[in-house]
Amino acid sequence: MSARVLVGVKRVIDYAVKIRVKPDNSGVVTDGVKHSMNPFCEIAVEEAVKLKEKKLIKEVVVVSCGPQQVQETIRTALAMGADRGIHVEVSGKDSDTLGPLQVSKILAALAKKEDARLVILGKQAIDDDCNQTGQMTAALLDWPQGTFASEVVLEGDKLKVVREVDGGLETVRLRMPAVVTADLRLNTPRYATLPNIMKAKKKKIDVVKPSDLGVDLTSRLEVLRVDEPPQRQAGVKVETVEDLLSKLKEAGRI
Amino acid sequence: MLRESMGLNRLRRLGPPATLWRLFSTCSPSVTVLDRLPSALGTLPPGLEAFRQARGIHRWSDRTNQTGSAELHRLPFSRVSEQDLTFFENLLPGRTITDPDVLMVHNVDWMKSVRGSSELLLRPQTTEEVSKILKYCCERRLAVNPQGGNTGLVGGSVPVFDEIILSTSLMNRILSFDKVSGIITCQAGCVLENLSTYLEEHDFIMPLDLGAKGSCQIGGNVATNAGGLRLLRYGSLRGTVLGLEVVLANGTILNLLTNLRKDNTGYDLKQLFIGSEGTLGVITAVSILCPRKPRAVNVAFLGCSSYRKLLETFQCCRGMLGEILSAFEFLDSACMKLLEKHLKLTNPIAENPFYIVIETAGSNATHDEEKLHSFLAEVMASCLVTDGTVATEDAKVKALWSIRERVTEALTHDGYTYKYDISLPLENIYQLVEDMREHLGNKATNVVGYGHVGDGNLHLNITSHSKDPDLLAAIEPYVYEWTARYRGSISAEHGLGLKKRNYIHFSKPPGAVALMNDIKHMLDPYRILNPYKTLPDHS
Repeated sequence: MSARVLVGVKRVIDYAVKIRVKPDNSGVVTDGVKHSMNPFCEIAVEEAVKLKEKKLIKEVVVVSCGPQQVQETIRTALAMGADRGIHVEVSGKDSDTLGPLQVSKILAALAKKEDARLVILGKQAIDDDCNQTGQMTAALLDWPQGTFASEVVLEGDKLKVVREVDGGLETVRLRMPAVVTADLRLNTPRYATLPNIMKAKKKKIDVVKPSDLGVDLTSRLEVLRVDEPPQRQAGVKVETVEDLLSKLKEAGRI
Repeated sequence: MLRESMGLNRLRRLGPPATLWRLFSTCSPSVTVLDRLPSALGTLPPGLEAFRQARGIHRWSDRTNQTGSAELHRLPFSRVSEQDLTFFENLLPGRTITDPDVLMVHNVDWMKSVRGSSELLLRPQTTEEVSKILKYCCERRLAVNPQGGNTGLVGGSVPVFDEIILSTSLMNRILSFDKVSGIITCQAGCVLENLSTYLEEHDFIMPLDLGAKGSCQIGGNVATNAGGLRLLRYGSLRGTVLGLEVVLANGTILNLLTNLRKDNTGYDLKQLFIGSEGTLGVITAVSILCPRKPRAVNVAFLGCSSYRKLLETFQCCRGMLGEILSAFEFLDSACMKLLEKHLKLTNPIAENPFYIVIETAGSNATHDEEKLHSFLAEVMASCLVTDGTVATEDAKVKALWSIRERVTEALTHDGYTYKYDISLPLENIYQLVEDMREHLGNKATNVVGYGHVGDGNLHLNITSHSKDPDLLAAIEPYVYEWTARYRGSISAEHGLGLKKRNYIHFSKPPGAVALMNDIKHMLDPYRILNPYKTLPDHS
């Protein structure tokens, strides 16, 4: 198949890191903090590379929006087997306010520009938990969408997607081109092996600006304040049922 | 259990003469001895079977095979009496334990290879309580087995007979931490992982790290001079422990706790207690120098086609990574197969005869990654390494480390494990594994080698379907003789404990062992501290 797949990846604070709120409550501390690829984006890259290995698609193009550092994230995807990367340069104030609406506009423009048959994204990012980019991208392109995918099967020009929904599993069939967002159980991302890491160094990463794609980055959202969740109060151990009853009475619960 | 302890008490009330106690305690299933007993006592003691079961857990074959060639006799210590129990209950209310179910856990080692028959577990909370306990036990000639996390691998942490178990589990307070110097002072019962977690909040780490970190206690680590995964970078406990508080056999509290990096005033007594395995004194508090938490940790998992290439990779690593190298571990393909089979872990790279885990730790991510990447490019280009992967994210780093750290766990699922912890010159390390494989042939299920190759330390493990005396006879003393031939150590970091005490002469000259006995006699003349361990029998 001569299809091209576009995979979006986001550089986020590593999920094992303890998040600290900035003293001025304007956001979280990102300086000097370990960043890595969003785990759901890894799953998306893995799925795309798997499709390429099965020879169902021809090329995997990986995209990321943000400052210079996102190129590391793109390199990781290249080391996993993507063919080339696109870095949409967004820096400074714009990168702080970059949200799903702007990213989906960028991805829609790129999908058209690159003539992609399939856009695969992670279902949500672990820093904002928005779960909106995939859906918005599909709407802007007027393409069908298969979100929370736990299984993706290419059947000719149609796509069968098994979705994880509240009630269980829902299977949908989509006409291509389509947008898919990856959920946890879709696959287990591979380790990038050394030979691939070396090869990835030579793969191309194009740098484009949002203005080249005709996208306006102004945000309609303003973050007023960021706070830590309230500290969990320690529990109290009681020795007898009488103690329990008296404590509950004291607390006005009974 | 209740039936057994009842049998025991009944026998106590029978009060057999001393000579009969000798017969009882050899616990030989030899028919002639047992035949003689009824006639000597007139009638067969009702609880004899129960007694044999209670004592007989140290079956003849167990004892001779696991504990070297010598047959083990219970030394003539006193036995715990009602008065003793009363004393301890007054001293440690609620912390004097005789419940057989609780004791069962503390009587068996982590490997489930040796079992004692202690009936008393004490849980002091302070050094003063430990001092009073030992003073009393010394006067009463009661044997004591100090116990920390009970994760030792040489049977040194559990009683052999009915020694009183002195557990440090409740002595788990951190006493002080100096954020500038990085010196932490804590009680001996602090679990290593808890100390690490505490230190990480303050941007420091413990200088040692081992697979047992979730259970092992720092007092036990110091008493066994534990090595672990970070020794290559931060050195051994002999360098990082700055001070100790030890209670001696007669109850004297020896306060050698200090927060000083340098102190050359007289003989360095703490070095005697580090690695003494609880036989010279009970460690009650430790002060340790901790390194700063590295900002950037990278782990590389590499595959090598031969041991020779592995050694050359190590040399290259030393040269190119230099000061940022913090661990260099290896495992062989037999280990990988066990991990895949029993723990369902996936090999992150292609199959190779040898796997290396390299960790770098430094203060500057960019600097470290650059060094690591040029090292990796070099070893790939020169074909020293056939495949590999790198991780910088915490989750992936942990995943790669678990491949090395969980080999011990995988082995427990493969049957009965015979563990050997050997130090050898680097170039001879794998030869021992290969020679052992050839020597054992089909007798063993698996013969695997892994370990801290950067420190010259091999963990040789052999598995069989179940405990097999023939297999053991083939392994020992062959493994020790082989080690002695290459002037290695028969116990690099696990210590001697119960299982290896009689092999000390393979690595130490007789004059040294004699001097060790003199020191033991001076510090513990009634030999109540952790008897039957560390020093050879008939000393």
